[in-house]
Amino acid sequence: MASKDNGSTGSPGDGSPLTGKAITRRDFMKVAGTTGAVVAGAGGLSSFLAACGKSSGGGSSSGSGRTIKVGFVTPLTGPLAAFGESDQFLVSQWKAAVKGGVKCGDGQTHPVEIIVKDSQSDSNRAATVAGDLVTNDGIDIMMVASTPDTVNPVADQAEALGVPCVSNDCPWQPYYFGRGATPTKPFKWTYHAFWGLEDVTAVFTGMWNQIPTNKLVGEMWPNDADGLGWANAKTGQPPLLTAAGYKFIDGGRFQDGTQDYTSQITKFKSGGAQILSGVFIPPDFVNFWKQSYQQGFKPKVASVGKALLFPAELESIGPIGYGLTTEVWWSPWHPFKSSLSGQTTQDLCNAWTASNGKEWTQPLLHYAVFEVVVDALKRATNVDSKENHPGGHQEDRPRRPSRDTSPGRPERRSIRSRTSAARSSWAACGSRAPTYPFDLKLVDTSHAAAAPFNVTIPQNGKLVAIKY
Amino acid sequence: MNWVNVAVQGILLGGLYALFAVGLALVFGVMRLVNLAHGDLGILAAFVTLGLITHAHLGLTWAALLTIVVMFCAGYVLQRGLLNFTLGTDDTRPIVVTFGLAIIIQNTLLLAFSADEQGLEGGRITTASIHLGHQLAIGWYPLLVFIVAVAIIAGLQLFLNRTKMGRAFRATSDDREAAELMGMNNRHIYSLAMAVSLAIVAVAGIALAIRTTFDPTSGSFNLIFAFEAVIIGGIGSIWGTLVGGVILGLAQTLGAQAFGSGWAILCGDVVFLVILALRPRGFFARTVTA
Repeated sequence: MASKDNGSTGSPGDGSPLTGKAITRRDFMKVAGTTGAVVAGAGGLSSFLAACGKSSGGGSSSGSGRTIKVGFVTPLTGPLAAFGESDQFLVSQWKAAVKGGVKCGDGQTHPVEIIVKDSQSDSNRAATVAGDLVTNDGIDIMMVASTPDTVNPVADQAEALGVPCVSNDCPWQPYYFGRGATPTKPFKWTYHAFWGLEDVTAVFTGMWNQIPTNKLVGEMWPNDADGLGWANAKTGQPPLLTAAGYKFIDGGRFQDGTQDYTSQITKFKSGGAQILSGVFIPPDFVNFWKQSYQQGFKPKVASVGKALLFPAELESIGPIGYGLTTEVWWSPWHPFKSSLSGQTTQDLCNAWTASNGKEWTQPLLHYAVFEVVVDALKRATNVDSKENHPGGHQEDRPRRPSRDTSPGRPERRSIRSRTSAARSSWAACGSRAPTYPFDLKLVDTSHAAAAPFNVTIPQNGKLVAIKY
Repeated sequence: MNWVNVAVQGILLGGLYALFAVGLALVFGVMRLVNLAHGDLGILAAFVTLGLITHAHLGLTWAALLTIVVMFCAGYVLQRGLLNFTLGTDDTRPIVVTFGLAIIIQNTLLLAFSADEQGLEGGRITTASIHLGHQLAIGWYPLLVFIVAVAIIAGLQLFLNRTKMGRAFRATSDDREAAELMGMNNRHIYSLAMAVSLAIVAVAGIALAIRTTFDPTSGSFNLIFAFEAVIIGGIGSIWGTLVGGVILGLAQTLGAQAFGSGWAILCGDVVFLVILALRPRGFFARTVTA
């Protein structure tokens, strides 16, 4: 089921043997690594070849450069496929947006080719296809998204092979600490923008503050990349919860796929937890939630990461899904526009729904990785120079882009960026959107409105305690 | 009292494991076929039920019953048309073929239904429970699944012991060549055994789908528990799968209660390995592998 998409964006200069294949980027890398003088020489050679390409391609007034190859690793199949569900759609949106090529900092218009590889939701496979993209397809830039299990192995490969990699949709702590970075030893090639546990904890507690509880949380952190990151006593949620005035009962590092949760439920019930939180894979949450009903554990509010992100998951849970809450990092109400096409977030959702009849889904956020890539290309004065990756030149780093990207303004903090997160609740379908049984309402957007994000997102719902 | 509650949930969970295991035990007992697609066939049944509900607008009960019939027929065709050709001297052939079948099922389901989580809506029974005292609560749904598992296993045992066809199953299991010499059509017997196996795993798949959510890749998750239940109970033994399932369920829930929730699945695996070391043929093995 490996899905491979080699479609080029089809610029007029595409056919010229000199624009695309004459000297691969890898060849330049080998040379460029030796001395600075050679780097300059290589750059000059590239300009020369590009000029040839222009004359043989003909027609284009601004000149057409060689094809830029962008690799994209995504879980199209396997257990994470819900994260990659909208990625094929996004690739078609991207291709449409850069149909005529991208005018880079070198004054040339470069056709952009996007090569998609399926990670099959397997970390090892993700690393393999990432290596394949670099060594066999000769890509210039890597893109990846969809949980630490996809992002980390791909970013590691890019870092090892010296290819710039842009990613999102993975909390920054598992990405940063999970890959062994320290403030003194940052990554050289890999760039990431997503929220962190400080954000998710702020939106969780901010929302819980809306209703009276005993501030005692039952926490379900599993024994996987996400759960371990969330549970970490230093860099995870525990100190943040304490700082926000909440106590918690730890349900322990259970294995994904655990079928019975009696021991945790008993612990939460006897401890008197009135809030449920954690990060589950979907089937485990449903199992847990039904057993909670059976065992009489009835928290007033339940805020769960990962398991409740997608509308289809709520539909599969049924009526006991109403009132559950999750974090929202992208929605049609986020007031942003695409830097590529000018589409608003609502426009993108509409295009998605028009393409397949499905309700909007948060991974449409992946759109932004390509925006960052195009932005870096536009500022790249020499597309063949190693120094031109998004962080090569100090001034070229995607520090604080002046434009709006569709997920929010990535706020650069040392080597990591955060996107704003709002908080929402799954409400019963009202008259507003009768097409789907569940409707996501934003119930607390105060975290996004606060510094450093300063993004006003309209709140369209109100948190109420779960009705039993 | 907490411990009693945890133990009761473990026993009931064992019913679900036994449902997945019994079909596996049957086909291994009758024709020495290790069916690696067993879990995925259960999930396939859940998707068939879902399809009947959403497209044919049947109620859950009718959709489930029709699915069981469909899976019975599919099992016969699958064995007659494909798996019979893999049986013979080389034991690895059916393993490779059913492994391939598992991949085909997963990806076909992915194409047809996408990767979305799906659920079968079981209504209030899935969240209701009988409260006995403050700390002991027995969910109606796990109880129902356990009862169904016991009923199916009892029925299958009666079928094997009391009916002519059941005798044919046992005869083929005991000595393939001798049974053939007596005029039995082994290919037909094998196909019927696979049909029964898939009908039962359809029940298991639907039970799982109502219990939690499922997606095209859920099948392999349950296969490992099914294998452990079969081996603990004894290869080829029908009642043994129930015992194996219950031991596995108890080990997981009691292990979680005793050592912390991270130990649940590990405790099940450790108990399985200990039993495998001490009693390699399980508790109630009936067939002797050559």
